[in-house]
Amino acid sequence: MTAPHRTDVLIIGAGPVGLFAVFELGLLDLKCHLIDILDRPGGQCTELYPEKPIYDIPGWPSISAQGLVDKLMEQIAPFGPEFTFSRMVTALERLPDGGFRVSTDESEVFEAKVVVIAAGGGSFQPKRPPIPGIAAYEEKSVFYSVRRMEAFRGHDLVIVGGGDSALDWTLNLQPIARRVTLVHRRPEFRAAPDSVNKMFALNEAGELDFRIGQVTALAGEDGELTSVTVKGPDGPTEVPCTRLLPFFGLTMKLGPIAEWGLHLHENLIPVDTEKFQTSEPGIFAIGDINTYPGKLKLILSGFHEAALMAQAAKRIVNPGERIVFQYTTSSTSLQKKLGVAD
Amino acid sequence: MAKITFIAFDGTTYNVEAENGSTVMENAIRNAVPGIEAECGGACACATCHVYVDEAWTDVVGEPEPMEEDMLDFAYDVRPNSRLSCQIKVRDALDGLVVRIPERQG
Repeated sequence: MTAPHRTDVLIIGAGPVGLFAVFELGLLDLKCHLIDILDRPGGQCTELYPEKPIYDIPGWPSISAQGLVDKLMEQIAPFGPEFTFSRMVTALERLPDGGFRVSTDESEVFEAKVVVIAAGGGSFQPKRPPIPGIAAYEEKSVFYSVRRMEAFRGHDLVIVGGGDSALDWTLNLQPIARRVTLVHRRPEFRAAPDSVNKMFALNEAGELDFRIGQVTALAGEDGELTSVTVKGPDGPTEVPCTRLLPFFGLTMKLGPIAEWGLHLHENLIPVDTEKFQTSEPGIFAIGDINTYPGKLKLILSGFHEAALMAQAAKRIVNPGERIVFQYTTSSTSLQKKLGVAD
Repeated sequence: MAKITFIAFDGTTYNVEAENGSTVMENAIRNAVPGIEAECGGACACATCHVYVDEAWTDVVGEPEPMEEDMLDFAYDVRPNSRLSCQIKVRDALDGLVVRIPERQG
């Protein structure tokens, strides 16, 4: 086991509410480390609707979701939060001294006095295409991401999708696979036009096969694929396939959080409305993932929850220390922390 | 106002009075029509409110915008009459609209 990374507060989820928690905790001198399954901050805002305007952020008559995330990153920069991206938090255990040990799917270990779950709708995971029997092939011959390109060398590879992931891997794996077939339900693509043009050129040159259609059936044995059925405009075709890479985007799943012994209610974490603490002292839940009487799944509600949670977290990290309530408009000490004092 | 008929995958029909300006998805959710999940709440970001527009209505309802087409890539068993119901706005001309709900939402 590698040496644990220590911080005051570990925040699971770097969406808008997790990011703003850094600000409220930072004003109270607490250091934060954030872990997110995505490869960048913003959560649903960046992943699902970056360009959509949001109209109910106080003070912003209209701001794009990505714009809000950018502003939040700017706002918390003075507190120097640390980020670990592209990781799922898999385990959470209480240490004998009252703190917590948190580990990720890549075996990193963190130790923190307080854990804040700001995981929104859960962790983003690849969408499993609704092809009958696909689960039996997963991790053997069906993969939702490419960790090592070499694993695809010499294979009859079928890639499904029309976005950047599908096109990028089609182009990158074409030279080493035995044969690449790209399957997409229509001739238009979401992917970058340059990649699409390259793919069509390779298709013209006979270096790969592009098929319009949808994969409807799988054939193989013991998890090893031999072929897939592609249903196109002219009916079904059998395509040789020993590795399948479907790229159908991401969906949200609660994931390992369900196994941490917290009370749950319909996949949400019940909290009190004074501290936003879960059934486990020291573990808080803020934003879309929590529930309490009157809960509204709004970003602005999550911001409020972050502020109250921070007060309670401070009392755990620095017990006995007096908390002086201060305004950023007038407190020199807060302004020093924000780097704006004269 | 428009009357909308949802036909579930098992054949059950649901007749709903829909207000102009609301989306077909919102009317399905409000009336607890099964098979419409609408995970993202109508942001055209999840493809879980997929419906098949009855052939008699496809011209009136119209074609999906490019963004919706992109999203439909993530739906299951997409057909020429597939639409995301959160992107269909109710109007007088849609009075009598019939949509079918697919076997599943992916």
